[in-house]
Amino acid sequence: MSFYKNVTAKPWEYTSPTLGTGPESAFQSPSERIALTLFLVVVGVIFSLLAVSYYVRMELGDWVPMADPTLLWVNTAFLIVSSVLFQLARNTAQGANFLRARTLFVGAGLFAIFFVIGQALAWQQLGNNGFNVAHGPASAFFYLLTGMHALHIVGGLWVWSKTTWRFFNQSELSNVKLSVELCTTYWHFLLVLWVFIFAVLANT
Amino acid sequence: MAYVPLADQDHELHDPHTFITKYVWSQDHKVIAIQYGSTAICVGLVALILSMMMRLQLGFPDSFTLIAPSSYYQAVTMHGMIMVVYLLTALFLGGFGNYLIPLMCGTRDMVFPYLNMLSFWVYLLSVLILMSSFFVTGGPTGAGWTLYPPQTITPGTPGHDTGILLMLISLGVFIVAFTMGGLNYVTTVLQARAKGLTMMRLPLSVWGILVATILGLFAFPALLVSAIMMTFDLTLGTSFFMPAIMAAGEQLDYNGGSPILFQHLFWFFGHPEVYIVALPAFGLVSDVLATHARKNIFGYRMMVWAIIAIGGLSFIVWAHHMYVSGMNPYFGFFFATTTLIIAVPTAMKVYNWVLTLWEGDIRLNTPMLFAIGFVFTFIHGGLTGLFLGNVVIDLPLSDTYFVVAHFHMVMGVSPVLVLFASLYHWYPKITGRMMNETLGKVHFWCTFLGTYAIYLPMHYLGFLGVPRRYYAMGSTDFIPESAQTLNANITLAALFVATAQILFFINVFWSLRNGKPSGNNPWGATSLEWQTPETPPKHGNWGPEMPVVHRWAYDYSVPGYPQDFIPQNVPGDFGVSEDHDHDTDMVKGPLAK
Repeated sequence: MSFYKNVTAKPWEYTSPTLGTGPESAFQSPSERIALTLFLVVVGVIFSLLAVSYYVRMELGDWVPMADPTLLWVNTAFLIVSSVLFQLARNTAQGANFLRARTLFVGAGLFAIFFVIGQALAWQQLGNNGFNVAHGPASAFFYLLTGMHALHIVGGLWVWSKTTWRFFNQSELSNVKLSVELCTTYWHFLLVLWVFIFAVLANT
Repeated sequence: MAYVPLADQDHELHDPHTFITKYVWSQDHKVIAIQYGSTAICVGLVALILSMMMRLQLGFPDSFTLIAPSSYYQAVTMHGMIMVVYLLTALFLGGFGNYLIPLMCGTRDMVFPYLNMLSFWVYLLSVLILMSSFFVTGGPTGAGWTLYPPQTITPGTPGHDTGILLMLISLGVFIVAFTMGGLNYVTTVLQARAKGLTMMRLPLSVWGILVATILGLFAFPALLVSAIMMTFDLTLGTSFFMPAIMAAGEQLDYNGGSPILFQHLFWFFGHPEVYIVALPAFGLVSDVLATHARKNIFGYRMMVWAIIAIGGLSFIVWAHHMYVSGMNPYFGFFFATTTLIIAVPTAMKVYNWVLTLWEGDIRLNTPMLFAIGFVFTFIHGGLTGLFLGNVVIDLPLSDTYFVVAHFHMVMGVSPVLVLFASLYHWYPKITGRMMNETLGKVHFWCTFLGTYAIYLPMHYLGFLGVPRRYYAMGSTDFIPESAQTLNANITLAALFVATAQILFFINVFWSLRNGKPSGNNPWGATSLEWQTPETPPKHGNWGPEMPVVHRWAYDYSVPGYPQDFIPQNVPGDFGVSEDHDHDTDMVKGPLAK
């Protein structure tokens, strides 16, 4: 039923008998996808609020812009490669090539791990140059934003590792297909998020 | 192969065999609901004891010297945070949400049972972390539940080093638990309803809990973000919120932060939070009123839209908590306007509750008494909110006992009356036994009249200008001595009400063994949870056949039908026929006099 028909229905009136069984669902997608979408909305709200706080804090007089380590560009490249590999893994998983899907999926995760390591190295670089967390508001936000983002990558890697385990412990693509799709969506979201974060950090 | 949601797959989702998997590490939503509820009530009792200590200090400051000023503020803070977050939010959403959603939606369990189980244990962890703050050096934080910087983390505030850290960590953990639970509730309601159960046929309990959960998913991030930034300020020396400030005669190492930023973030969470508590209460009380008045809820569609409107509007009223913070007065005008606007759908709900009762076949049993008590106290509390929502009147009333009386009425008394109504109403479903009516009625009258005795006079104290968060009133020129007498009387009323709650607990435990067996549907209710083949519902809820829904949840007193209620899963059209006389055709249902 269309949304309009749904909301203007008169629920006290009897409608013709309902046939068959099976759930009434608002959306055709699997429940896990709905849950992931909701979760991504929550993550989006978190980072939006962090961005608002960033801009508010920036206006408060003691803001000294901070140069970002060039390592961040390398890490961005890693994350892009990771997303591309996830997408390829997802496309492959729609077909029948189990081994190719598995290789791509594992590779995608590996590049995400490189990203996280690279971020940690960038932190170390900054720290060695005297830009520790409490150095100023710009550096505080740098660590906060990149840290929160990396935390979400690590959470995604936890799910990735469980799916990788399943990839290696059985050989039916249909058992991992949904997880591959959802991981891909999650990684694309985190990539777009990272681009925004990086843009905000680099321009202020 | 068509996708079948987890909650409707024919095979067992989770197959508990041992005591541990059935009652401890359980993935069954009913067990998880009881775990949530018991934990919430236990920690709520801790907060109740704290409030009694506060009241003793306030009522008898000279004779009762046990509580030092710093302990008083610690009690205030922990009482507030526990009650709002760890009791009300957890009990309404984790307790009632978990129990009722799968049953009212006609499904076997939540769509993610393992995540559901995890959410309880993470919630329990957050409670334990919070309780541990009582035992660390310096004790729990005494910053007020609003945790405003800079005072929260400067010396002079109790618990400013470890207590606040544990509080912030506990809040973060709670938010993780809430998010896990919230994903479950929303996805289950959207995706796993029984065949024929359209969204507009759902009972209002589900609507209230659904919208409240969505609110929580959007609002708790603001608390998370502010908690993380405050933790950074506390532990890493950053200055998100901390301005240049001196403490104990020394310049602290902070500079440039904005305390107002914290207030905005906190109240962006804080206002939706009160609706996260209120909306499930609105939904649950609608169902209790309809069932015990044998009448459909008046204006069901408007009630649904009002819930949604209140939910949406709740995000644009937050700065009515900040009128005296020094922000631009034009902001105050904006938020006062939106606050008045949000009063409109809320008032419409009140009218609809009253109209539901109008000319209904009212059964004044214990759940109904509590539900009607809710309507009284909520009107009262809501009206005082209109005063506070206007900038000019808020200026002298802010941070006085008028505010304390207002929010206790709308958050403490009204939703708690709904909690009692719901517990008395659904106890037969959860346990298979009826609670004792006499004990219940005594409990009701003591609680209802007692809470009025506490909070009605408190408004007057607020008018006089008695400030809140003062551990003793002291003597001032503008507050007469009689105000202290009033304080003492309020304390006595509070002690009486707190003691009266013992009756409830006696009733709960006594009725477990000795209550009259209830059968499946003692109240003659229409919604699906009362149509389970067994009571209490066994694992899987429905037996081999899933229910199919043919009507909305409010077919009470349908003319021409032999019973005064038609369960949702009964097929057939029993529409009003023109040649039937309304009064003579009705045969009363199981509870008719």
